[in-house]
Amino acid sequence: MNLSAETEEKAMFDDIASMLRTFEEKRENLMPILQEIQEKYRYLAPPALQMVAKHLRLSSCDVYGVATFYNQFRFNPPGKHQIKVCLGTACHVRGGDIILENFERKLEIQAGQTTPDREFSIDRVACVGCCALAPVAIVDDTVYGHMAPSKVEGVILGFEIEKERKEREKQDSESQE
Amino acid sequence: MNHKSKKELLEAFASIKTEAEKRFKKIKGDSNQNIFIGMATCGLASGAIEVKRAFEEALTEQKINARIISVGCLGHCYAEPLVIIDKPGFPPILYHNVTPGKANLLVKAFLRDDDPVFEHVLGAMEENELVPTVMEFPRFNQEKRVVMAKCGLIDPEDIYQYIAQGGYSGLAKALTVDPEQIIFEVLESGLRGRGGAGFLTGKKWQFVEDAEEKGKVVICNADEGDPGAYMDRAILESNPHQVIEGIAICAYAVGAKRAIVYVRAEYPLAVKIVQKAIEQAKELGLLGKGILETQFDLDVTVFQGSGAFVCGEETALIQSIQGQRGMPQPRPPYPAQTGLWGKPTVINNVKTLASIPPIVEKGGKWLKEIGTKKSPGTAIFSVVGNIVHAGLVEIPMGVTLRSLVFDICGGIPNQKKFKAVQIGGPSGGCLPEQFLDTPIDFDSLTEAGAMMGSGGMVVMDENACMIDVARYFLDFTQHESCGKCTFCRIGTKHLLDTLDRITKGEGRDGDIELLEDLSIDIKEGSLCGLGKTAPNPVLTTIEYFRDEYEAHIQEKRCPAMMCRALTAYYIDLDKCARGCDACVGSCPTESIFTTRDRKKAIDQTLCVKCGECMTACPSEYDAVRKVSPPELAPKIERPEEG
Repeated sequence: MNLSAETEEKAMFDDIASMLRTFEEKRENLMPILQEIQEKYRYLAPPALQMVAKHLRLSSCDVYGVATFYNQFRFNPPGKHQIKVCLGTACHVRGGDIILENFERKLEIQAGQTTPDREFSIDRVACVGCCALAPVAIVDDTVYGHMAPSKVEGVILGFEIEKERKEREKQDSESQE
Repeated sequence: MNHKSKKELLEAFASIKTEAEKRFKKIKGDSNQNIFIGMATCGLASGAIEVKRAFEEALTEQKINARIISVGCLGHCYAEPLVIIDKPGFPPILYHNVTPGKANLLVKAFLRDDDPVFEHVLGAMEENELVPTVMEFPRFNQEKRVVMAKCGLIDPEDIYQYIAQGGYSGLAKALTVDPEQIIFEVLESGLRGRGGAGFLTGKKWQFVEDAEEKGKVVICNADEGDPGAYMDRAILESNPHQVIEGIAICAYAVGAKRAIVYVRAEYPLAVKIVQKAIEQAKELGLLGKGILETQFDLDVTVFQGSGAFVCGEETALIQSIQGQRGMPQPRPPYPAQTGLWGKPTVINNVKTLASIPPIVEKGGKWLKEIGTKKSPGTAIFSVVGNIVHAGLVEIPMGVTLRSLVFDICGGIPNQKKFKAVQIGGPSGGCLPEQFLDTPIDFDSLTEAGAMMGSGGMVVMDENACMIDVARYFLDFTQHESCGKCTFCRIGTKHLLDTLDRITKGEGRDGDIELLEDLSIDIKEGSLCGLGKTAPNPVLTTIEYFRDEYEAHIQEKRCPAMMCRALTAYYIDLDKCARGCDACVGSCPTESIFTTRDRKKAIDQTLCVKCGECMTACPSEYDAVRKVSPPELAPKIERPEEG
């Protein structure tokens, strides 16, 4: 782990500590707390769970048990671009698993994992409620309806080109200086 | 309630209503042009934001004065993004599949030059002499909208629009009578819980009303976890106030001072809209302390569910609000006696609560006139899958499956044959063609082996493999089983493993019997609805499609050619065009190679059977074939390099 990631994490834990103080020490606050951490940092780091347990005076395995029960929570940091492939009934009937497989193959990771460069992560979700557009994939906040295996490559390529463009711009501006 | 406070209440409501009507007139006024854009999740997914932006730009460019109003979902997902343009001198006209380009055209041609551009019109929303109305289509005129009556026609984030259209008058009326009277009306209506099981709503309320203990709670169950059903989300996003009004009436009737709306966190837009709606209702004194100048207080909050299918079960839902793992508890005691924090609790589904305001307003007898004798009212289905007009449909109970699938929703696309319809999501079953004349109501569906459930309906054409569908649902329930009951936890896993084997061509004699026995055991050995109904997809597919199971097990063949381990693609060399490269670029695994005579062939060891080459092959050649079992594909060797 490099230094910036470490300081980033430390800032996150400091922030969570101050956030916890706004919650009363009641068990029924457990889910709202976990949800708030998840929403802000997009994952629940194990030390964060321990902090929550300490604050609510619960055992950390109790907190961990609740957190792992629900699908909303994840325990590893997601990628910069979160790919969610819908595997609801309508998407399944129209070949959603083939779309998922294409993403997995293209990025060389499995659903639930993040690429080593932390650019992309893939998740399978059960129904996002756009069944009429099946099969559906969501990347960040954009919904891609009527997906096809050949579109997968295009979607990822789009992000890669964007990233390269930004890097080139950065290099250009640096070389100008 | 005494005479004086009754008068005060009615006066208080009348003044709110006058204000609402005044504001509504300002919007709807005779000289105003209004553009209504459907901005619920499905509309957004189809590009409603870009359409809205295009309208705004075109209006500025043309210097036309028109108001853009974001509305909810009309339920016609196949035609999204939907736009209604209301221009003086014309009836309100509904446009379908609106793109930014069409938006620009509509502003110029219709708003500026008075040409409604007939080729893009779906229909008019009102009777008139110029444009045919949408009511001429079965998709509109065979529906009966009670719960969704206002969805897609009003701005969900503006409480006044709901009030101007008659909203909250049910609550005002309810507060003038005794709670017993309301429960009587709900009982009289025969309304049954729309969450799936169909328990009489009035009875549920009565139990809680009868309970002596204080601190009663009303919970609105919007934990819609069923993959393929999204009507609760659509209602909350399109008309949250009707649900909130229903909650308030329920709370008054049973004597609760606290209500919780339990919404999935996966529905961020619904959460946001409901929270806003609660705030607005509080500001107008329709929630909070001393509602409409009476002694009745109600505090409504939103609780976000974190995505566990089992939390749709009422005891599990209560556990989850209390900060526990969402595991169901044995009943009795029922939540009506000992619910949230041990207090008597009413838990009703979104659709049930949204049905309450019209019942209170029009009386219990009114609902009885809709639907069938034992299942009065309407049913909402999200009809998806291989269907022409996918979307949300609200029909009176008792309509047959055939008329829902073929008349209202337009039948199966691409001239394919109907195979089965899956009703009730993971708890429901697959019904084949011979059940098409079954009337849709709680009892007929249960008798046929399916279930009303939450209203998910997936239509499947001849290309759907029923074993794969059963496997899909078991994969879901297996994952969502909370693990409390052994039969559900291990049994569903075992069912899934067996189905997995069958779809991979590793089925054995006796597998069908094994599946049947295990299914019955799981049903008997499970505590809650999840385990009790999880084997339904397996049992119904075995009952109605046994021959498909046999083909998989004995012949290692998938008749629908869907199970990928049992199918293969190959290129018919007689039809393949020399030098054509259309399929090569479409293949994600580079499994297509060129043969010696410059035609194409597929390397079966690399092929992942996605079917892209079949789509890519130009229709004049139509050379890609799909076969099952895979051995039927001719073997073609890749020529040596160089």
